[in-house]
Amino acid sequence: MATSTPPIQRTSIPFYRDTRIIAIIVQVVFAIIVIGGLWWLYANMMNGLRRVNLLPTFSFLTVSAGFPIAESVIAYDPSMTYGQAFIVGILNTVRIAIVGIILATFLGVVLGICRLSSNWLLRNLATAYVEIVRNIPLLLQLIFWFFLTKAFPRVQESIEVGGVLFLHNRGVTLAWPRLADSFSFWVPWLLVGVAVGVIFYVIRRIQFVRRDRPGVALPYALLIALGTALVGFVATFFIAGAWPLVLEIPQLERFNFEGGITVTASFAALLIGLVIYTAVFIGEIVRSGIQAVNKGQREAARALGLTPGQTLRLVIFPQALRIMIPPLTSQYLNLTKNSSLAIAVAYPDLFYVASTINNQTGQAVPVILMLMLSYLSVSLITSLLMNWYNRRIQLVER
Amino acid sequence: MATRVSQQQTRLPRTSALIVDWLRQNLFSSWFNAIISVVLLVFVVQVITSFGRWIFQTQGWPAAFTNLKLLFTWTYPIDQIWRPQIAVLLVALLLGLSAGTWRGLLRGIAIGFIGIMAVLGLLAFLLPPPVEGQVALPAWALLLSSAAVTGGTYFLGRAGGERLRWPLLITWFLLYPAVVLLIRGGFAGLTLVNTNLWGGLLLTLLLSISGIVLSFPLGVLLALGRRSEFPVIKFFCIAYIELIRGVPLITVLFMGSLLLPLFLPGGERVDQLIRAMVAVTLFSAAYLAENVRGGLQSLPRGQTEAARALGLNTVQTILLITLPQALRAVIPVLVGQFISLFKDTSLVVIVGLADLLGAAQNIVGQPQWLGTPGGVWREVFLVIAAIYWIFSFSMSRTSKRIEEQVNATKH
Repeated sequence: MATSTPPIQRTSIPFYRDTRIIAIIVQVVFAIIVIGGLWWLYANMMNGLRRVNLLPTFSFLTVSAGFPIAESVIAYDPSMTYGQAFIVGILNTVRIAIVGIILATFLGVVLGICRLSSNWLLRNLATAYVEIVRNIPLLLQLIFWFFLTKAFPRVQESIEVGGVLFLHNRGVTLAWPRLADSFSFWVPWLLVGVAVGVIFYVIRRIQFVRRDRPGVALPYALLIALGTALVGFVATFFIAGAWPLVLEIPQLERFNFEGGITVTASFAALLIGLVIYTAVFIGEIVRSGIQAVNKGQREAARALGLTPGQTLRLVIFPQALRIMIPPLTSQYLNLTKNSSLAIAVAYPDLFYVASTINNQTGQAVPVILMLMLSYLSVSLITSLLMNWYNRRIQLVER
Repeated sequence: MATRVSQQQTRLPRTSALIVDWLRQNLFSSWFNAIISVVLLVFVVQVITSFGRWIFQTQGWPAAFTNLKLLFTWTYPIDQIWRPQIAVLLVALLLGLSAGTWRGLLRGIAIGFIGIMAVLGLLAFLLPPPVEGQVALPAWALLLSSAAVTGGTYFLGRAGGERLRWPLLITWFLLYPAVVLLIRGGFAGLTLVNTNLWGGLLLTLLLSISGIVLSFPLGVLLALGRRSEFPVIKFFCIAYIELIRGVPLITVLFMGSLLLPLFLPGGERVDQLIRAMVAVTLFSAAYLAENVRGGLQSLPRGQTEAARALGLNTVQTILLITLPQALRAVIPVLVGQFISLFKDTSLVVIVGLADLLGAAQNIVGQPQWLGTPGGVWREVFLVIAAIYWIFSFSMSRTSKRIEEQVNATKH
C-alpha cells in the first residue's frame, strides 16, 4: 500500500502516519463495529424468534385478514388479505394527509396574514390562537376533538350550521355538489377551458424563453381555464335550463342522512386536530416569510408605480415564497407523520391497520419494516415534489 | 425591528384623547377594519361569557381536583410521595443558587418560577383535601416552600459569588441521575418503587428530560459524523438521521416496545418505561443531531482554519473551538426541541404507559363520574392542557430570552 504514495513522501512518512491510510483504517473499523453491532442484534432477534417458533415471514400478506376497517377509499371487507388491508391503511393516511395539507395551508396563510394585520384585535387574537394551540400536545387536542364529536347529539337531533353542515355523533354531514342531468352540456366547456389554458401557458413560456426574460404564466393560464369553465357554467343554465352542478342539501331520513357527504367522527376529529395544529406552524412560516422580504423591495416597487396589489403579487409574495418553501415542506411532512396519531381517535390509518395486523399475526418484524418503509416513501415523495418545486422558484443568479 | 415599532404603536397612551386616537389607529383605521373589529369584539365577548358561565356551572371539577395526586404521580405510593417532593425542592434550591451566582437570564427564570409557584400555591388553598392517605407536604405547602427556597437561596448564591459556579454546574449534571435514583429507591433503606407505579406528570417530565439528556452525546456524535470527511461514517450517520426523521415517533415507540425485547438477550425483562426511554432517546438524537449541525454550519470557516493554523488537531479543534461555539448558538433551538419532546412524550399513552395524558384518560373513565351530565372529560382535559401549557409556554418564553441574549452577544 505504501507504494501508492507519491515518491516524494515515501521516504518521510511511515504508513501509520499517512492520513489517507488512517482514513481508510478508521472507516473500515467504524463500518465493522456498526455492521457487527447490527448483526449481533439481528442474530439475537432470530434466536429469540426461533425459540418461540415465530420466524419472520411475509406469507401472512396473502392470508385473509378477518378484521373490518371502518372506512376505506377502496372497496374492502374482512375476507380480503392482510396485504390489501395494509394498502387500505396507506390510502387512508394519504387521504387524511392530502385533505389536511390543503386545509392547513389555507388556514395557515390566513393566520399568517392576520398576525401581520394592522387591526390590533385581529392581530392579538391570532397571536392568542397560536400561543394556545402550539403549547398543548397534539395528541391531547386530537382526543379532545374526538370526545367533542362523540358528544354531539344523535343523528335525529343533529346540530345544523347554516343549513349546509350537520354535526351528529356519527360524524359530520356536509352539503356537497352533485352532477345534474345538464352536466353533459358543461363538459365541452371544461375541455375547451383546459385546452385554452394549456395552449396559453405553452405559448407564453415559449415567448419568455425566446425573449430570455422571466415572467408569470401559470396564474393567467389557470385564470383563463377557470374563466372559460365559469362562462360555460352560466351558459349551461341558459341552454339546458338547469345548473350542471347542484348543491345537494342532506335530508334527514328515518335513521340517517340522505345525500351530501358524511365523514366519520374519527376522520373529522383527526382532520380538525391536524389542521388546527399545523396551521399554527404554517402561519408562523408565512408571517416570517413576508416579514423577511426586504422593506426596500416594497418601497422600490411602489416607487416604480406598482399598485399595492401588484406589489404584493409580483414583488413581495414571490420572494416570500422562496423563503417559505423549505420550512413548509417540513410542516407538510410533520402533518403526514402526525396523522399516525389517528389510532387515538380510531381512524384506520396506516399505523392503526399495521398495529392491528401485528396483534393478529404476531409478525412484528415484517410489519414494522413495511410500516417504516411506507412512511419513508411517503416522506420521500413529498420532499422530492417540494424540492422540485423549490428548485423551480429559486432565484436564478448569474 | 418591525415588531418593536408595532409594540410602540399599540401601547395605550394616557389621556382619553389619545385613547380615541389609539382606537382610530388600531381598530377603526378603515371601514373594513371597523367591521372586522366589531365582529371580532362580539365574538370575543360571546366566547368569554359562555366560557365563564360554563366554568361556574359545570359539575365536573371534582373529577380533576380530587385526582390531582393521580395526575401528578399516578400510582406512586402515597407514603413515599415525599421523594418526588424532595426532587422539586432540590430543583428549586439549585435554581435559586444558580440565579444568585449567575444572575442575568437565570434571575429572570427564577423570578418566573417563584411567581408561578406562589400563585399556584395560593390557588392550592382552594383545593379539596386529598382523598387517600396523608401526603408529606400538602400541595400548597410544597408550592409555597419551593418558591421560598428559590427566593432564599438566591441571596445565598449571591453571597457565595463566583466560587459557587463550578460546584453548581457539577451538581446540575448529577441532579438527573440523583433524582431518578431517589424516586426509584431500593438502596440505603429506601423502599424500591417499581417503574410500573410511575406515571402522571412525573413520568412525562422524566421521559422528556431523559430524552434530551441521554440523546445529547449520541446527537452530537451524529452531527459530527454527518460533517465528517470520511464517506463511510458520513453515510451511516445520514442514514440513521434520515431514517428516524422520516418516520413518526409513534413507530419508533412501537419498535422500541416490540423489537427491543427481541434485540437484546434477556430483553423481555426490560420494562416498558425503559423501552419507551430508549425509543424517545433514539428518536430525539436524530433531531438533536440536525440542530447541532445547524450550529456547526453557522460558524465561519475561519474558526476551523485559525484553529488548524494554531496547530490544534482535529479532535482539539472540535472540542475546544467549533463545538462550544456551535452549542452556544443552538441553545434556543435545543430548548425548542425540549418543548416539542415534552409535548410528544404524551404519545407513550399509545404503548400503554400512564403519563399525564394517560392518567387523565384514566380519570375520565372512572366509574364514579358516569352520572355527571356530559361527562367529566372537558374539565379533566382542560386541567392537563393548562399544565402542559404552563410548562411549554414558560419554556418557550425562556428560549426567546436566551435567543435574544445569544444574538445580542454575537454583534
